[in-house]
Amino acid sequence: MSFAELQKKARQEWDELQNGDIPQIIVGTATCGRSAGAMAVIKAFEDALKEKGVQAVIVEVGCIGPCYAEPLVNIAKPGKAVIAYRNVTKAMAAELVDSYLIGDDPLPHYTLGTIGEKTVEGIPRILDTPSFKPQERRVFRNCGIIDPTNINHYLANEGYAGLNKALGMTQEAVVDEMKRSGLRGRGGGGFPAGRKWEAGLKAKGSQKYVVCNADEGDPGAFMDRAVIEGDPHSVIEGMIIAGYAIGADTGYIYVRAEYPLAIRRLERAIKQAHEKGFLGKNILGTDFSFDINIFPGAGAFVCGESTALTLSIEGKRGMPRVAPRPRTTEAGLYDKPTLLNNVKTFSSAPMIITRGAEWFASVGTEKSTGTAIFALTGKVNNCGLIEVPMGITLREIIFDIGGGIADGGKFKAVQTGGPSGGCLPEALLDTPIDYDSLDAAGSIMGSGGMVVMDEKTCMVDVARYFLDFTEIESCGQCVPCRLGTKQLLDILKDICKGKGKKKDLELLVELSHSVHGGSVCGLGQTAANPVLSTIRYFRDEYEAHINDKCCPAKVCKPLIAFHILEDKCAGCTLCARSCPVSAISGEKKKVHVIDQKLCVQCGVCMEKCPKKFSAVECVSPKEKIMEVA
Amino acid sequence: MSSVTITIDGIKISAEEGMTVLQAAQANGLYIPNLCNHPDLRPAGLCRVCVVKQDDWKITISCKLPVKEGMVISTEDPAVQQIRKNTVELLIANHPMTCLTCEADSKCELQRVAHYVGITPDSINRYRRSVRSIPLDTSNPFFDIDHNKCIMCGICVRTCDELQNINAIDYAQRGVASLISTLGNKPIAESRCESCGECVVRCPVAALATKKSLQPMREVRSICSYCGVGCGIHLGVRGDKIVGVRGDQENPVNRGSLCVKGRFGYRFINHPERLTTPLVKKDGVLVEASWDEALDRIVEKFSEHKGEKFAALASARITNEDNYLIQKFTRAVMGTNNIDHCARL
Amino acid sequence: MHERLSEVLSPYKGRRDALIPILQNVQAEIGYLPDEAMLEIAKTTGLPESRVYAVASFYAQFRFKPRGRHTIMVCRGTACHVRGAEKILEETERALGIVEGETTEDKKYTLETVACIGCCALAPCIMIDEDVEAKLTPKMVSEILDGRAE
Repeated sequence: MSFAELQKKARQEWDELQNGDIPQIIVGTATCGRSAGAMAVIKAFEDALKEKGVQAVIVEVGCIGPCYAEPLVNIAKPGKAVIAYRNVTKAMAAELVDSYLIGDDPLPHYTLGTIGEKTVEGIPRILDTPSFKPQERRVFRNCGIIDPTNINHYLANEGYAGLNKALGMTQEAVVDEMKRSGLRGRGGGGFPAGRKWEAGLKAKGSQKYVVCNADEGDPGAFMDRAVIEGDPHSVIEGMIIAGYAIGADTGYIYVRAEYPLAIRRLERAIKQAHEKGFLGKNILGTDFSFDINIFPGAGAFVCGESTALTLSIEGKRGMPRVAPRPRTTEAGLYDKPTLLNNVKTFSSAPMIITRGAEWFASVGTEKSTGTAIFALTGKVNNCGLIEVPMGITLREIIFDIGGGIADGGKFKAVQTGGPSGGCLPEALLDTPIDYDSLDAAGSIMGSGGMVVMDEKTCMVDVARYFLDFTEIESCGQCVPCRLGTKQLLDILKDICKGKGKKKDLELLVELSHSVHGGSVCGLGQTAANPVLSTIRYFRDEYEAHINDKCCPAKVCKPLIAFHILEDKCAGCTLCARSCPVSAISGEKKKVHVIDQKLCVQCGVCMEKCPKKFSAVECVSPKEKIMEVA
Repeated sequence: MSSVTITIDGIKISAEEGMTVLQAAQANGLYIPNLCNHPDLRPAGLCRVCVVKQDDWKITISCKLPVKEGMVISTEDPAVQQIRKNTVELLIANHPMTCLTCEADSKCELQRVAHYVGITPDSINRYRRSVRSIPLDTSNPFFDIDHNKCIMCGICVRTCDELQNINAIDYAQRGVASLISTLGNKPIAESRCESCGECVVRCPVAALATKKSLQPMREVRSICSYCGVGCGIHLGVRGDKIVGVRGDQENPVNRGSLCVKGRFGYRFINHPERLTTPLVKKDGVLVEASWDEALDRIVEKFSEHKGEKFAALASARITNEDNYLIQKFTRAVMGTNNIDHCARL
Repeated sequence: MHERLSEVLSPYKGRRDALIPILQNVQAEIGYLPDEAMLEIAKTTGLPESRVYAVASFYAQFRFKPRGRHTIMVCRGTACHVRGAEKILEETERALGIVEGETTEDKKYTLETVACIGCCALAPCIMIDEDVEAKLTPKMVSEILDGRAE
């Protein structure tokens, strides 16, 4: 079958589903949806449909982003607007079948908004809500829209059109299109993708490889998983185009073993692509042949580094190769020329080819074109995955899309770039999001984690947290990273315990620079960024810990103490009964007292104390308790 | 091979193309501090101590940097010095301070590097000290392994892999927990280690150290008498006793390498149980005898066993001439071709 | 165990490059990587024993001790951390009477931490086998554990 015929058939199937006379219940069942209970919700819909004898199709799709609203269900009634329902429970499922599928009440109070052009009175269009308005969905174009296990859904939505077009172009023309798009590697480094593809094409050798980095190890980032789970074919198509462009016949997808669903989705998608003739020998009747293997990574953050990743595929320890060394595009996997890109980079390639470089570069900034994807998490109201044009400010992301700080808190810092990134303060909230601006501010774009912190977050503790991570994840081969991260961590731990010394800040900065300058790979070179950026912007917090033994955010346990306010305690005994170490004594209706010698600062008493009393107070430094006493 | 000229700290030196900057410096008698480099092994680039500045812009490492005509190298750039000093300080902050009782004292590369970069008590005391407390592996009869002194240069791993092809040890775990290990971190004696000791002699600290070794008062150049290879050795002598053996780097046969027997098998020489006179069995008990007495007994017994029931096994430890005589004796006197030799080390 | 091993290993004779998938398959079969299994892998692939262990011990996925019937993974991702993952871990340790990396005496639970399970919007969370328990507070931990049957 020719490509046109495949596409036509797929479109027919898609149109029938969209314009048919059976309602669709579309449920996001990516990992995040499942964690929130999407599978139970599906079961509840099935039961309710059966019980009431209602006909409807249940379609499983990927994630459209707003994790805070999971489980997310879209209901498409024939002739009506598609309505998105948020935080759907089993009970709501039954209610929706009754009220909206049998009756005609869309239950607006359960909705997030409507999707598409049509509107329903009393329900806003999703794209008009502040959370979605600034977004631009390109890499996420199909996520949450199509059934990722059905290749025809992808085909009907421009799928494989990029590959079809590329095969009619010369290799040089494909590379040129990529170059002109200005796309920069979405793995975090931001190296121009087109130039990498060009190097891959120019590299000499009959055997070349294309490798997709889906080893998303950054704690706080999960967009690669969402793309694979929601739109696996876009990644596969991008890899095939890359294979054609550089002259490779084999591709590998290195994906975390912790992402079992993503692996299953890829396996299925690869099989379907083979059946349709997009993979295998003589793709779409041309001379070009390409195949893709899946490699489940075994759990090592450092394998996100390109040379470590290729060594890992070869069955070795993922220890980055030591420079001076040839580039991966010259000698990568099995020492052969290898083009290695991130999931989102490959996923961007098909649309660049289909719609053209100019279209791609029409959003974003001059030096950072296209969109950026972030996993917006932490102390923010609307957690989730967002896709925004490059150049948008941090403030717009956090306060418009993110809906501001959770629990009415006050913004303190935003961390981007994961363990290699930095923490930026309020004064830099108007920094535009692009590779160079973030870099100048002392953070990085990274793989797209964006963690919002409020005044209850201790910045010394945050630095300690990240160093704890890099110390464990360091491969250990070079001294500055292996022992430097350990030393930085040991000092930070001491500061958090109130054992910091006056000269520690100086040493932290000095060592951070040496770890940066001396380490073998990017992991080590950037490991100290969280330390440097927190010292740069939150030096006073470090000084409070060191000089006053005070943790202003009241996080560092050795520096805080809990005590019960005499005038507020009503003697309800709740705290005493829930204290895990029985440190609270007191009789019913009498003031309770915390034995400071037994207290482990777990904070359960504060959590348990009814809001109307709010009798438990946390203080720092500890000495304040003595003053009270 | 063509030669190139490079400049190190203002000194013009010439080097062969294909050399690294570190090799070029060493060939010209210039010291660039280093720990994980060994001339017999491929460069690893892990200790980062040989850091240099290339052409006034790039911080890189000299052990993996190929020389190029006109290259300008600085080993004393402030940024280079800072990285180097911090790196060495980090190693020391995690290293036992037991130099006086340490096997490697005075030949320790870490000491040498520390002196060179100018470590002071003040600079070290800023750090949080933490030394591992992994039990000593004393399972090998010839050497001990002290992981707490290990600086993870990997020279032992590369020696076992590149030179010996045994691969008894490798890196294990990762990050700060990483260590040199056998499968499952079992005692080295339970691994496929052949105790050649090549790693021990290359260890820059004393993470691998010969058991109970004494420093010799003098050395005697000799040839190992164990087998037909004829490795060159230096016997370490103290008084009239041999206290150690060292491979002869100059000897073209072994270029310094030795096997377990050649390196560690010298204790028999002064062993109290070593035979110094012939023993003859009398009434079922071995007793000392004179050579005449012993030879007479041999002639008497051998003449009863001539022909095919006799066989001789010669030793690699005796000279070729002696071996020739044994086979001649076996064939001509004893009348059999049953003759073999143990030279299969 | 030997028979199960040879079955898993049979397609991999001499396949040095397949070491990681081999280790994954062997662990899937046996539950962990005992020394004997690694020796067998070394023989099959022709790799030195030390190399098999070197690779296995590098990656977080591989275990060298038998595990409990259930695995609790406390997420230590950034989002979980700023929302109190440390307290969740401490409470779980207290409730089970073991620390991270250990298995309870009755072999019911093995407690581990994981860099990130990618449910950042549901922080802080833990994963018990395949189930994610989301938006936890310390007091919910013991309730969840108490509420779980065998």
